[in-house]
This record gives sequence, C-alpha cells and structure tokens, in this order.
Amino acid sequence: MIIVEFLGPIQKPDMELEIDNLNELAKVLQDDAELSEWLQSCAVALNNKLVSTLDTPLKDGDKVSLLPPVCGG
Amino acid sequence: MLSIYNGSLDVPKILKDWYEEEATSNYGAYIPFIGTVRSEDGIDGLSFDIYDPILETWFKNWEEKAHQKGAIVKMAHSRGDVMLHESSYIASVFSPKRRVALELIDEFVEDFKASAPIWKYDLKDGKRIYAKDRSTAIKGSGLLAKGENS
Repeated sequence: MIIVEFLGPIQKPDMELEIDNLNELAKVLQDDAELSEWLQSCAVALNNKLVSTLDTPLKDGDKVSLLPPVCGG
Repeated sequence: MLSIYNGSLDVPKILKDWYEEEATSNYGAYIPFIGTVRSEDGIDGLSFDIYDPILETWFKNWEEKAHQKGAIVKMAHSRGDVMLHESSYIASVFSPKRRVALELIDEFVEDFKASAPIWKYDLKDGKRIYAKDRSTAIKGSGLLAKGENS
C-alpha cells in the first residue's frame, strides 16, 4: 500500500493506492478532475526526498507527497 | 539551527539568542535577514503552512553547504497567522569573514524562496487565500502531469 499526500493548498485527503511505480500514480492522478489544475505545478517527493523521474519504483509503505508552488518568508 | 514558531517571531529575542550562542565562536560576521509582513492589497496579514520533514532535509543540505565554507546558518519561520508589521522569517549566516556571509545569505534566501516547502496565504476579509501568483513551482515540478511521461 502506497500513501499519497497532498500538501499546502491542495485540499484533498490522503489516498491509499496499490501501485508499483510513479508512472502508475501519474495515470491515476491524471484521471482525477480535482487535481488537473495542480499536476503541472507540483513537485513530487518519495519518503520526503524530491524525485525527478517517473521510473521510480515504489514499495509497500512508501509515502508520496505532492508539493504545489511554494512561497516562504 | 532551524526553529519553527506558532505565530509571529519575537525578532529582538531571536537575534539576541543567536548572537549570544555564537558570541565566542570566533565568527567575524553575523548577517541576519528579517522578513516583515507589509501592508499591501488590503491584507490583514499572512498565514503559513509548513511541511516539516522536507524543510528539515532542505535545511540540513544548507547546513552542510555552509559548513564547507566555515560558516553556519540559522533560520526561524512562523507557522499559522502573522499580522501586518510582524515578522514571519529570519535567516542568518555566521562566518569568519564578511564576504562568505554576504554571499551565502543571498544564495540561502533565494533558494529558500524557490524550494522550501512553505505555503503562503493572504488573510483578507476573514478568508485565507493561497498566494498562488507569488508562489514558485519547485524545480522539477510537473512530473505527474500529462505529457511528462510519454
């Protein structure tokens, strides 16, 4: 089971998914109308580390986070 | 050192504490940057969400980068609401000589703006509105969007 969390202004509860890699996650999220405006501007972290490729394998217990545009300070 | 506070920052206390912590560390330069909430566009204040685990990783990388130059970085940030003319952010660099600190504070604050997992909201008319237009997509964003994986 993979946990997907949506940070900051994305008002969406965590999802629990049975998937093996980020490619599969991309397909699931692209079909979610609520997320369409966010995907283009979101960075992705796996277990709190930013990832740069969809060819990233996932294992049971992994946490994927979506980070929308930031503005600290 | 990374400190997160609920609400606005007590600027004099934080600056004094940091000064005293390093008073005998033999740093020749202490350069703080203090961010203050300004009155503009009719806002009553700002509000912040923070994602601590990734912020801590981001900050740790900067501690290592500073260490390689013989410097240290300290940062304080607010979570939740901060009203007009209060402070939500302080970053500081201590280094043996001024040049390293001057350059590092610039790089550090710019990277903070572009990468630190903190989200800003305007407080206006009793609402909390995401400051989308002033926000920056983190490098590498869009990975999960259509067309990125084809």
